[in-house]
Amino acid sequence: MTFASIIIQLLNGLAAAASLFLVSAGLSLIFGVTRIVNFAHGSLYMLGLYGAYSLIQALGRTPMGFWSAVVLAALAVGLVGVLIEVLVLRRIYRAPELFQLLATFAVVLVIKDIALFVWGAEDLVGPRAPGLSMAVEILGKRIPAYDLLLIAIGPVVLGVMWLLLTRTRWGALVRAATQDREMVGALGVDQARLFTSVFFVGSVLAGLGGALQIPREPANLELDLAIIADAFVITVVGGLGSIGGAFLAAIIIGVAKAFCIGIGTVTWFGFEISFSKLTLVVEFLIMAVVLVARPYGLLGKPQAVQRIAADLAPPLTAPSWKIALVWVVLLLGVPLVADRYITIMLTDIVCFALFAVSLHFIMGPAGMVSFGHAAYFGLGAYAAGLLFKRAGLPMEAALLLAPLCAGAFAVVYGWFCVRLSGVYLAMLTLAFAQISWSIVFQWDSVTGGSNGVFGIWPSAWLAGKTTYYYLALACCGTGIALLWRVLFSPFGAALRAGRDSPLRAEAIGIDLRGFQWAAFVLVGALAGLAGSVYAFSKGSISPSTISIGQSTDGLIMVLLGGVETLTGPVVGAAVYTWVRDAVARHTEFWRAVMGGIILLIVLLFPQGLVGGLKALFLRWKEQRA
Amino acid sequence: MLTRNNLLAGTAALVALSLFGPAGAQTPIKIGELNSYKVFPAFLEPYKKGIELAVEEVNAAGGALGRKIEIVSRDDNGNPGDAVRVAEELLSREQVSFLIGTFPSNVGLAVADFAKQRKVLFIAAEPLTDKIVWDAGNAYAFRLRTSTYMQTAMLIADAAKLKKKRWAIVYPNYEYGQSATAAFKKLLKEKQPDVEFVVEQAPPLGKIDAGAVAQALADAKPDAIFSSLFGADLAKFVREGQTRGLFKGVEVFNLLAGEPEYLDPLKEEAPEGWYVTGYPWSEIKTPEHTKFLTAYQNKFKDYPRLGSVVGYATVMSAVEVIKKAGSLDQDKLIAAMSGLKLMTPFGMVEYRAIDHQSTMGAYVGRIAVKDGKGYMKDWRFVDGKDALPSDAEVLKMRPKN
Repeated sequence: MTFASIIIQLLNGLAAAASLFLVSAGLSLIFGVTRIVNFAHGSLYMLGLYGAYSLIQALGRTPMGFWSAVVLAALAVGLVGVLIEVLVLRRIYRAPELFQLLATFAVVLVIKDIALFVWGAEDLVGPRAPGLSMAVEILGKRIPAYDLLLIAIGPVVLGVMWLLLTRTRWGALVRAATQDREMVGALGVDQARLFTSVFFVGSVLAGLGGALQIPREPANLELDLAIIADAFVITVVGGLGSIGGAFLAAIIIGVAKAFCIGIGTVTWFGFEISFSKLTLVVEFLIMAVVLVARPYGLLGKPQAVQRIAADLAPPLTAPSWKIALVWVVLLLGVPLVADRYITIMLTDIVCFALFAVSLHFIMGPAGMVSFGHAAYFGLGAYAAGLLFKRAGLPMEAALLLAPLCAGAFAVVYGWFCVRLSGVYLAMLTLAFAQISWSIVFQWDSVTGGSNGVFGIWPSAWLAGKTTYYYLALACCGTGIALLWRVLFSPFGAALRAGRDSPLRAEAIGIDLRGFQWAAFVLVGALAGLAGSVYAFSKGSISPSTISIGQSTDGLIMVLLGGVETLTGPVVGAAVYTWVRDAVARHTEFWRAVMGGIILLIVLLFPQGLVGGLKALFLRWKEQRA
Repeated sequence: MLTRNNLLAGTAALVALSLFGPAGAQTPIKIGELNSYKVFPAFLEPYKKGIELAVEEVNAAGGALGRKIEIVSRDDNGNPGDAVRVAEELLSREQVSFLIGTFPSNVGLAVADFAKQRKVLFIAAEPLTDKIVWDAGNAYAFRLRTSTYMQTAMLIADAAKLKKKRWAIVYPNYEYGQSATAAFKKLLKEKQPDVEFVVEQAPPLGKIDAGAVAQALADAKPDAIFSSLFGADLAKFVREGQTRGLFKGVEVFNLLAGEPEYLDPLKEEAPEGWYVTGYPWSEIKTPEHTKFLTAYQNKFKDYPRLGSVVGYATVMSAVEVIKKAGSLDQDKLIAAMSGLKLMTPFGMVEYRAIDHQSTMGAYVGRIAVKDGKGYMKDWRFVDGKDALPSDAEVLKMRPKN
């Protein structure tokens, strides 16, 4: 790269960072005050683009029309954010931690289908910014004038945010609530209004970030999920709740990407390395490095102990043997009466149930939320496929060895992860999952790249769908039983003690980090077993088994069923898989319907399905007594 | 005497009659269709319309084997795991005769392998990957759409004619972009051994940093660019490249960019002079296309996209194979499918016995702008059979069954 190209790529990176910063700043603000992991933030960004597109059509392609459209779109998105807060989230602030994530996930589904309905499927290419459509020549190279404006907008917004947070009463309240929101409530501040206002500002920032992109990016339906992962990464790399940190992180990641592209393909010691392909994963690599070196992000501080609004998780009750036995008998009997497809569906459900139970083990009782649990599911699936296909092992051996491979990865990833806590830990698990995903996605000669591996079918004696269902039931059922048993062992008790009070647990001599590490390996191996069984039931695997989508599905299943119950994840896995299958078959706008169903469950059962039903049952028993 | 029992029996008979119709108590032939409707709606909404039109026409003409045709559609979520499950559902619960559809390469390959396992016919509609008929080809999978290799090969003649030395390449980083690039480099090198590939950029699908990519390409000072971008990536690349002067004095070749799905959103910014493959729907005057176009516009009050042609021709293939086989037996269907010839809006195509690839062609031309809209000018139709490698090469790639 020449000096001129370095400067230009730097400017490109800074321009790309502008919108990333706006979106992340909004996300950071919302998370800081409400502790909500807002999945729908990317949807708000997408709405910003669509809104700006339509408003420019209506107001005309003049400078006046363009800029009013951008501002109006941002404000409109702010109102959408307020609607989401008032109609949905406000009702579930007291639900167990992370439950709100489920609600925002449902909102993502609904908004996506609404956007499809309103704006159609075709990409909408917006106009260039009137008056700024030309390029400026710098060092003999041309760069769009609009990009230079974006580079300036970032620091301006940062400045405005800083003034707002440090010089106004509202800012003081926001900062206070970020530190201790119960105290703010106790001092007589109307929390509901504060939260709503924070949601408004955060959503306006997302909308503005989107609207400002309209000259650079066509409005399309993939934007929501494309930006949300980046926004989370930037928020965490910068340090949660730190707007300045988000700014710094956005610049680092924007510039790093631009330079990866600028460097292109280089040859080192006879090896060709394509930095351009690295853009697939570079933000996650940066996040992994930052979190390992600085557990609270670049400018973040250790989180003050949060008095959570929800009560502590109640102690778990062991499932009764009798009820479990009834279920086993029922499940064994299904293929005798049901049609073939139900058996196939149940095989899927059984795999996902083990996947969800292993995730629940780590995020519930062990208190370590994982956003990247698909890593182990997917690596288990790939290990099974590769051992069978490339190493030529018999299917039975591959099936049983795969969990060990997944466990081996968990040994490495877990060692780093247990050193962190809270959302930082969750995001580090996501970083490892994404790094695994990108390697699998790129390593064509071994993993088949984006195509995946196919032709991995079970041995003849297991090939029948009913036989395979029994195999899946045996493998996954054993896995689930094992995990549940472990929870009530001294090891499980120690983990729960560590979640509820790390200080006391260590004081009585529990090697908490070691225990947590072991828990990581255990759930990694069992998620790997689920993946391995899944792979042979499908005959093929693709990188989507390690993707963010798969991790999210796991979270949805656990939260849907109820994170504070033992059987919740199983019920969640069954309901989610079954409803999605049924809804997708019968309705065109199935995503919106799915989102609506989840929202309904969220509002009716803030403890999850099993938690809610249990509470109903207890109340009924009390009334009878 | 009119007793209650008589009445009941009579009603039942009436219901039965109305259910099965007077023509002959025949149930329709069910064909299972799966696709990633929600993941690629821009292509698949028109595709679905193409399917509907074909079904309507076929049934108006009496269906096949004296029975009506019914397409049972499912959304596979763009995910091979889900695709295999809905394929199972279509076969075991809906009792469909065989499978058609799919869009992304990985889903197409997974379903093709599933079809082999279940020993049922599968006609892949849209997946472009070369592997589905070559490296990973199998006896049960056939593919309609003009593949990545074929479309690339169609552009090679023009590319080689220009005698440009320094080529830059940009492609979405997954199967389609990778194999388009590999095919392009191989084919151009054969025709023009002194060619040099000076820079290669592989942005992630849907997430191109267009400014940085355009700059990186410009820095390499190429004489020509080969791109396989499409959708939002293409739109971003076009805009950044134009603003930054990347395309000045540089010839650009772009697969798929002439398809209405990807060309129309660019409106007046459609890049003039680019060599593309696509579908100049308003200018094709062959009788078979005119018939299709008129019927489509009458039914939907909209113009067809390439997806519409693919959906239409897929269903027509399914119907023709049933007619030719004269039965729904899988072995007979597979046998009939090899060498099946049928008329499509793009003319006659044949599913080659040698590799199960159809000879559906594509339109090659250059982009121009008129009345604020992009269109293809100087286009010509290239028959698919002229864009395929030699039989010996195909046999070498395809596994022996």
